[in-house]
Amino acid sequence: MDALLQQVFAGLATGGIYASLALALVMIYQATHLVNFAQGEMAMFSTYIAWALIEAGMPYWAAFFITIGIAFVLGAVIERVVIRPVENASVLAVVVVFIGLLVILNSVAGWIFTYTIKSFPSPFPRELPFGLRFMSPHQLGAIGVTVVVLLLLYAFFRFTPLGLAMRAAAQNPESSRLVGIRVGWMLALGWGLAAAIGSVAGMMVAPIVYLDPNMMSGVLLYAFAAALVGGIDNPWGAVIGGFVVGVLENVLGAFVIGNELKLSVALIIIIGVLLVKPSGFFGRVQVTRV
Amino acid sequence: MEEKSITALLGANGAGKTTTLRAICGMVRTEGTIRFSGDPIQGKRTEDIVRLGIAHVPDGRGTFLHLTTEENLRLGAYARKDRANVARDMDRMYAYFPRLKERSHQQAGTLSGGEQQMLAVSRALMLAPKLLLLDEPSFGLAPLVVRELFAILRTINAEERVSMLVVEQNAAMALELADNACVIETGRVVLSGSAAELKKDDAVRRSYLGY
Amino acid sequence: MSKRALGIGLVLLVVACALPFVLSNYRTFQMTLVLVYAIALLGLNILTGYNGQISLGHGAFYALGAYCTAILMDRWGVPYWATIPVAGAVCLVAGFVFGLPALRLEGLYLALATFALGVATPQLLKYHLLEKWTGGVQGIVIMKPSPPFGLPLNPDQWLYFFTLAIAAGMFILAYNLIRGRIGRALVAIRDQHIAAEAMGINNALYKSLAFGVSAMFTGVAGALGAVAVQFVAPDSFNIFLSITLLVGIVVGGLASISGALYGAIFIQFVPNLADEISKAAPWAIFGVFMIGFVYLMPTGVAGAVRLIKRRRAA
Repeated sequence: MDALLQQVFAGLATGGIYASLALALVMIYQATHLVNFAQGEMAMFSTYIAWALIEAGMPYWAAFFITIGIAFVLGAVIERVVIRPVENASVLAVVVVFIGLLVILNSVAGWIFTYTIKSFPSPFPRELPFGLRFMSPHQLGAIGVTVVVLLLLYAFFRFTPLGLAMRAAAQNPESSRLVGIRVGWMLALGWGLAAAIGSVAGMMVAPIVYLDPNMMSGVLLYAFAAALVGGIDNPWGAVIGGFVVGVLENVLGAFVIGNELKLSVALIIIIGVLLVKPSGFFGRVQVTRV
Repeated sequence: MEEKSITALLGANGAGKTTTLRAICGMVRTEGTIRFSGDPIQGKRTEDIVRLGIAHVPDGRGTFLHLTTEENLRLGAYARKDRANVARDMDRMYAYFPRLKERSHQQAGTLSGGEQQMLAVSRALMLAPKLLLLDEPSFGLAPLVVRELFAILRTINAEERVSMLVVEQNAAMALELADNACVIETGRVVLSGSAAELKKDDAVRRSYLGY
Repeated sequence: MSKRALGIGLVLLVVACALPFVLSNYRTFQMTLVLVYAIALLGLNILTGYNGQISLGHGAFYALGAYCTAILMDRWGVPYWATIPVAGAVCLVAGFVFGLPALRLEGLYLALATFALGVATPQLLKYHLLEKWTGGVQGIVIMKPSPPFGLPLNPDQWLYFFTLAIAAGMFILAYNLIRGRIGRALVAIRDQHIAAEAMGINNALYKSLAFGVSAMFTGVAGALGAVAVQFVAPDSFNIFLSITLLVGIVVGGLASISGALYGAIFIQFVPNLADEISKAAPWAIFGVFMIGFVYLMPTGVAGAVRLIKRRRAA
């Protein structure tokens, strides 16, 4: 029983990270109906920036917030420079551009920071004054950070005019222009926010999986699975999906199929959900007019 | 167009009525000049034209279906600089259209066609525009609802002193509402004058009023 | 086949036959890999270029073909030449079976599912219950075949000719497939799937078939590749292999048969050149080329060649 609980809590901790990345994917999907295959590599790159800042002697939390800022700007710039020209291109063209982006970020990170695996610090203490039976302080901290990010995002979209405008631009670009919203900037802003959320996920997962240019490929797969479980157009679904997938991964990995097939869990979830319930468990059913 | 008046734009299907409105808003590319308060506005972006005070109730209403009624209205005021007056104007809209107040926290997609049209008009008015463009406000509505809507439009025109340009298929209704009217055929104005004059014009009567 | 195409094909064949006698053994080996990649790209192009189904996981079928050959040779002592059709058949079935559920996935979702397949492939190959056959992380080492009938060739030259013969056969097969009824149906489904259905094309059948045939080509390539490099191991079949194939069809030219050859030359030689700058450079260049081609040359090298020919003719 203890072993099971331990796996469940570990699953919640990684699940929070999947949830964040899934949320980033969903944000971009809602605005553009595209799945950003480079989301993981963008997060990985930001995490390297944080690492470099910390290596240069900056305190952890300062590096943390500066990295979020840099990631935001990078995300917005990528949207304006790389994605804008293919906004109305075919799905294939867009997918190729995303994969190109993935490959470039991956190789540039390898080029600058080498492919050697690095350890990444956790901001949370090793030992806590009170005993934690089922999880490490970093796991607890990661869950905490995820929850804070989610609450901030919720408040932003629910209560600020800018958040409302972003939601409007994602839903109905033409009407948004008619009320004076600069839709192009909203898209860039969305990418910036998604990149910022991704950077948090990267910094939270790096102490667990260690830092290397390929560290996010598995995480991205789980984030895909999470987003699909929740319904790729539903942010709340993505969050719930993240936690569900995190727990499934850990519990199945530990007790049923073994750790060596963990990625296949993601593969099976992705294909399974797409086949059985393509709109996810919390998504809207899309009807296409022909 | 005369300031503070209501002008109706009449014409058959494909005559270019909707395109005229879309051209004013910068939603389609055009040749020639479009002037607003004396300044040329052609070639500007839609977002910037809106900021000059031109609100557009588009064909199909352009409702944000997944947002609430109130959020739709708040979006209407997005481009305004006088944030202080927004709450007051929202109450005014609810006074014109009490049905919207009842449904203020409902998703706009769940509103009936007539309610959505009211919402679209109010959303446009939330901009506190100088000019309101209305594309087929009667489309898909029951005659009774149209009558109600047009009466409110008349009141709003008088009270808010906003000019209106109305595109309509329903010529009889439009001429009731409007002060002036133009008839266009395949993109050209073929006739214009006061609504009263046009109503008496034989050609208009035969082609558009059907008697 | 038209006379012109036949002529070009013959000239190419003569040049290709002369190559191993003027090149070093290592270069000959590289040319063998170009042919291997060309077959794989042909396969991916049938699916993605002609039929519009995006696969980001074709490395999985390449791996399946490679492992078929390696296991048959290593565990059962089957001669290399006999393993190739088996690998092709296994991949045809595997592709068809994967294509059945993929029918329900359009565009982006198929890309997602195949991406997941591509990422998960190395892990599946390492699975401990399969280790008996696959050799786990270590993989399988296989012997380089020597030329039969006492031909006066060294093994590299022989393997090159062996691969060339199969590649020529595969190109002719692809050409006939694409120019015929089936090819027209595939393109019709890609461009107007509803209209295609209305015209009586069985979308489901053709799409699964495209998946199967595509996997078959790529599997044959994988099998030949395994023989050529004499080694298979899980980590050489990671997601980057699938991405390499994607780079190949984008650069070579989507929906083009000759494009497979241009793309294969690109993905074989550009990394070699770029490696001298940095270990990361090949991928940076691949990435830039992918984005660059989508922006500037969406029809790839094959499209550019067509354009030049047309200008000359005019």
